Amino acid sequence: MSTTTLDRPDRATRTYPAYSTPLWRRVLLTREFAVIALLVAVIFYSNNNVPAFDGPLTFYYLFLDIAPILLIALPMTLVIITGEIDLSVASVVGLSSVLVGQLHADHGLSIPVAGLIAILVGALCGAFNGFLVAYVGLPSLAVTIGTLALYRGIAQGLLGTKAVTDFPEKWTDLAKERITEGSSYPMILIPFLVLLVLFVWLLHFSNFGRGVYEIGLNDEAAHFSGVNVERTKFLLFVMAGAVSAFAGIYFTLRFGSARGDNANGMELQVIAAVLLGGVSIFGGRGALHGVVAGVVLIGVISSAMRLQGETVNVINIVIGTLLVLSVISTSLVGWARQLWARRGRAGGPPSSETGQHRPAVAASESTNER
Amino acid sequence: MKIRNRRLSALAAVSLVASLALTACGSDSDGGSDGASGSGGGSTSVTFLPKNLGNPYFDTSSKGGKKAVEEFGGKFDEVGPDTPSPDAQVQFINTAAQQGVNALVVSANDPEAICDALNEARDAGTKVVTFDSDTNPECRDLFINQATAEGIAKVQVDLIADQVGDKGEVAILSAAANATNQNAWIDLMKKDLADNHPDIKLVDTVYGDDDDQTSFDKTAALLQSHPDLKGIISPTTVGIAAAARYLSTSDAKGKVALTGLGTPNQMREYVKDGTVTAFALWNPEDLGYLSAYAAKALADGTISGKEGDKFDAGDLGSFTVDADATVLLGDPYEFNADNIDDFDF
Repeated sequence: MSTTTLDRPDRATRTYPAYSTPLWRRVLLTREFAVIALLVAVIFYSNNNVPAFDGPLTFYYLFLDIAPILLIALPMTLVIITGEIDLSVASVVGLSSVLVGQLHADHGLSIPVAGLIAILVGALCGAFNGFLVAYVGLPSLAVTIGTLALYRGIAQGLLGTKAVTDFPEKWTDLAKERITEGSSYPMILIPFLVLLVLFVWLLHFSNFGRGVYEIGLNDEAAHFSGVNVERTKFLLFVMAGAVSAFAGIYFTLRFGSARGDNANGMELQVIAAVLLGGVSIFGGRGALHGVVAGVVLIGVISSAMRLQGETVNVINIVIGTLLVLSVISTSLVGWARQLWARRGRAGGPPSSETGQHRPAVAASESTNER
Repeated sequence: MKIRNRRLSALAAVSLVASLALTACGSDSDGGSDGASGSGGGSTSVTFLPKNLGNPYFDTSSKGGKKAVEEFGGKFDEVGPDTPSPDAQVQFINTAAQQGVNALVVSANDPEAICDALNEARDAGTKVVTFDSDTNPECRDLFINQATAEGIAKVQVDLIADQVGDKGEVAILSAAANATNQNAWIDLMKKDLADNHPDIKLVDTVYGDDDDQTSFDKTAALLQSHPDLKGIISPTTVGIAAAARYLSTSDAKGKVALTGLGTPNQMREYVKDGTVTAFALWNPEDLGYLSAYAAKALADGTISGKEGDKFDAGDLGSFTVDADATVLLGDPYEFNADNIDDFDF
């Protein structure tokens, strides 16, 4: 991409340190690490106080349960960082589940072939979303609410109220298999880790990823600094579709049941986990380690509370409160920063405004560069 | 400036952690007491897992289950998802396996999808009883059947025969045309009518697709196309309620009899205003009660689920296990103006 070819003008002439704080502070004192710390605290607490939580089954079941959310949260993080949203992911899960079931049961295709077709269809669903959002320029909220109903409708139309349950045991067992005999880690974590490495590289270590943040901060500015905004958004929606379809295959095999209503409502769980993980719904901010911690945190809390015999309503209330608190905390920090900035304006360095106007800075930087 | 920002976000993070830790503690205090669920010696722990919570039908069955568990001094728990989906149910089955409860009483959202989870729970020593909606037979120890197809068909034919004076034209308002259980019942009803009620003529079977408006319209059409119609049987709760709503406002009220399978809450006003004399369904409270006693018998080792096993179910008397490890609750329950106010589901 063209941004890399431009030299940063300040590299040679900088007269101040590259960062105002040491590395450990920049890494540890973040929203992401707050979530990780909370996760560790909750696990520690549950281990000591929740009966059966330290049993051998807890984390095995936990990972089986949250695997689809973990998977879909990866592309969803990137989509939300660009300031867009994809509400249709759970419907793609349902559609891919139905496709795998029908292609396998009615057309006799093997699971890998049926799965591949389902992933292609998932990518196609994502491409349709991406086309409407990126190239036609429609708001993603509206587009994906529409396709949420559309894809779910197709899924239920294809299979009706029936369920396909006729899957080879080899594959349904694989979906539940542990990596090594007796370990708490199911096999599904392997494809997840592969995708995680890929997405971490994509978001945090590639030009494409810098573009993703730029778009979230200010897509005009991103455009003028050489980011292909349309293509980036389009590709992210395609990824969301394809990964959701993969999650759908896993979902189908894990439960051995392809149904049109599989994973109904999962999009909200995914988005909740992503936001809890510190990704800003307005875009431009967030990191994958926070998101992974967010997904696991929600899983651990639900698991621990179920073990204590809480009903689903109480669990929902706690997770809902958690989410609201985490969103509020962002606003509170912003408000406190403003207060701080006002108070400290007299003594502050002239660049003190930059923190609050990052899009504007991005814009002015890009004009400087040209 | 940046330093200050960091400090603030750290502060916010800490307060977030603190507030969440507090929420977690708060939830612990009421849940912690019953922590040692399954491990408790002596008392039998029974967990009810209905299709979903907040469903009056299952509230009633859990009420019966709770009553039974209290009678035999066990520990009762009810858990469940908020929407009737199999994947959400699996999480609760897994939890029961982790807790090592003695018995799990489940109404399955999918006969296949929760199978593996149930078998894992059984491997961990939990006895599994299904009620209301069965799983595949190899995934549970016992199924409590609310009613047989023959029983359901017979009670409806008996009711309509009684209400139309054993002669005249009747019609059936069913759910979807390919609904397996509905069609099985309709076939049995046709046979029963032909064999035992020669003067009753079944003139039409229409399908309301378990949709309120469609069922309503089909009822109106039935009455128009068959002016001599004496009675309607609707073996679906949606259909009977829609038909009752139509009849209660039409001229046919009181002239055309209506019966079928309905729930007391839906049918109460039509029973009270005279549109419907009597309708049938099983009693979910008894169903839950029997399921709990069956779960106890399994957990105690009194029965193993093989044909001919006998166990005692408190007020309901003694029951015998039939083929395929099923136990039949009995004949469907008849609801009429005298008893409808005893039920709330």
